[in-house]
Amino acid sequence: MASSDEIVDEIAGFALFADLATPQLERVAHTFEEQVYAEGERVLRQGLSGSAFHVILDGDAAVVIDGDERATLGRGDFFGEVSILLGQAPVADIVATHQLRCLVLAGNLVQPFLLDNPPVMYRMLQAQARRLRQANRWRS
Amino acid sequence: MAELTDRPFPPGSYPVIVVGSGPGGLQVSYSLSRYGIGHAVLSADEAPGGMFRRWPFFQRLLSWTKPYAPVPHDHPAYQRYDWNSLLADEPENQAIMPGLMDGNSYFPSRPEMQQNLETFASRTGIAIRHGCRWTGTRREPAAGGGEEFVVETSDGEYRAPIVILAVGVAEPAVPDTPGIELATHYAGTRPAETYADRRVFIIGKQNSGFELASGLLQWARTITLASPSPAKLSVNTKSLVGVRARYVQPVEDHVLGGGVTILDAAIGRIGRREGGGFEVVARPTAGGDEMLFEVDEVIAATGFRAPLVDLPGLGVTTFGQSRLPAVTPYWESASVPGLFFGGTLSQAAGGLKKHGLPANSGAVHGARYNARVLVRRIAETRFDRAQAKERPAVAADSLVDWMATAMMSASELFHQRAYLARVVSLDASAGPRDEGVVPLAAFVDGTGSDGDGDAIAVTLEADGSGAIYPVVYARRGGRLEEVTFDPDPLLRYDTPVVRARLADLVGAS
Repeated sequence: MASSDEIVDEIAGFALFADLATPQLERVAHTFEEQVYAEGERVLRQGLSGSAFHVILDGDAAVVIDGDERATLGRGDFFGEVSILLGQAPVADIVATHQLRCLVLAGNLVQPFLLDNPPVMYRMLQAQARRLRQANRWRS
Repeated sequence: MAELTDRPFPPGSYPVIVVGSGPGGLQVSYSLSRYGIGHAVLSADEAPGGMFRRWPFFQRLLSWTKPYAPVPHDHPAYQRYDWNSLLADEPENQAIMPGLMDGNSYFPSRPEMQQNLETFASRTGIAIRHGCRWTGTRREPAAGGGEEFVVETSDGEYRAPIVILAVGVAEPAVPDTPGIELATHYAGTRPAETYADRRVFIIGKQNSGFELASGLLQWARTITLASPSPAKLSVNTKSLVGVRARYVQPVEDHVLGGGVTILDAAIGRIGRREGGGFEVVARPTAGGDEMLFEVDEVIAATGFRAPLVDLPGLGVTTFGQSRLPAVTPYWESASVPGLFFGGTLSQAAGGLKKHGLPANSGAVHGARYNARVLVRRIAETRFDRAQAKERPAVAADSLVDWMATAMMSASELFHQRAYLARVVSLDASAGPRDEGVVPLAAFVDGTGSDGDGDAIAVTLEADGSGAIYPVVYARRGGRLEEVTFDPDPLLRYDTPVVRARLADLVGAS
């Protein structure tokens, strides 16, 4: 369990929130909900509508597509934003490989949150650019 | 009131121990008795009712019961309109709440709700050991092998392999803000008239903060409500997320400049002023200069926590502002098996929260259904009860009827949207079987009481647009298909169009 003050301290070091001042970080801590997932629990489900945006506070998760593990995620990583931005169901399962603690934002709140916090949107765009470059390298 | 010597459940060993005598503990105890599972109910309180013996502060509930509804009280769908009665199988013990209301409001008063709960307990014969406070918990080897819990109480030690905690989310929670000790928590709010002509600063913009602001409108000189994130209103979220319509009056006062201020700001510190009163420093979250408020009262409407005593020390992981325990979809501690959570604590199992909408597990009209599913699970897996294992056959030619009926009148689907599902299994040799109610998260992961074979789950869902519509999940050969039906503003899901689509789904099985 973490109080919102402790969550502010935790996320202040995350690249995604690196440009926010303390009052804005407090708003993040109050806007997102904290959720804990047990080892082996599915956090996002491939093909199921209505999912949410997650930022990992603690623990690890696997990205699993059709039963095959494709990648792992850890502290400070985030997931779920692509399906929300595109309005489509996730194309992968996200499964907690150890107990996983996340900040969670409902899909319909992601757009207003990003518009209210342009620095976070920019950081998210950077992360997507890195992923895109990585994917292009794999293909080439 | 019974004499102390007449109190039931002396310290000792029991098959199950239930802690709590609010609506959660009562519903769990009732369901356990229906399966013939012996259990002791322990409660620190002097009478049944839980938090409704004290709150809401202004003595009227947020959850309605409509004495006059589109269906009669004995119709299965009446529970959709009655959020406050507990569930019973006997007709005479159903829909108790509407019979106790005085006609002033369709939100029962707190005393009416307390009477509703006391009436349920006495009519259904629920025995409770009152005045027995849970103080600690241990795990020790059991006489017959395995482990059991030792529940330490003010009356002595109780032993059981299964403990169900329905102790509410009732412990005042306060943030770490410097000077917060100068504020009064919501739980310590004084009678409204003592705030006459006072400048009141309320920390928190959820229902409890707005309830106080609403009740103090005619008393306080000024009211300021502040917290870092903007207030959500249920009429905007089109769900029960946010401040309920009953408490929105302060918003109107704010936007019309009547003396109420609603602020998105982090509270920097609270200090005492020379000559009396307090000063509150707030930092707007949208940026800008610090703001200083000189006020006479500071109230922390900052919520409540689960009073889990020493369970974290036993290995129970907690999360969130309310320190809820991390649990499985069947409300069992994810880290300490045998420990279950009922009542408003059942919100700890968040389910899929599709489209960001939580179920109503935190309220009576959600938790009452969770309790039935939880107890059936325990009866089946821990007590081998035949009644819990029943899976009545559904004739293949009435499957469409079965699904359409669930959509139209199953109240647990209506109140626990995208959270509880009615499931029919489609095993080729056994034929269609009614699997009863299953948590949707367990169904989609193949971990529910229906197993992981071919099956169909029927739910009602919402997406924040204001619509309530059926979704059917078809599991075939381990693959899951999600089929969403078009919303109907009158919730008519027993139409030829819906039936034709259901028939296609069944035919494909």
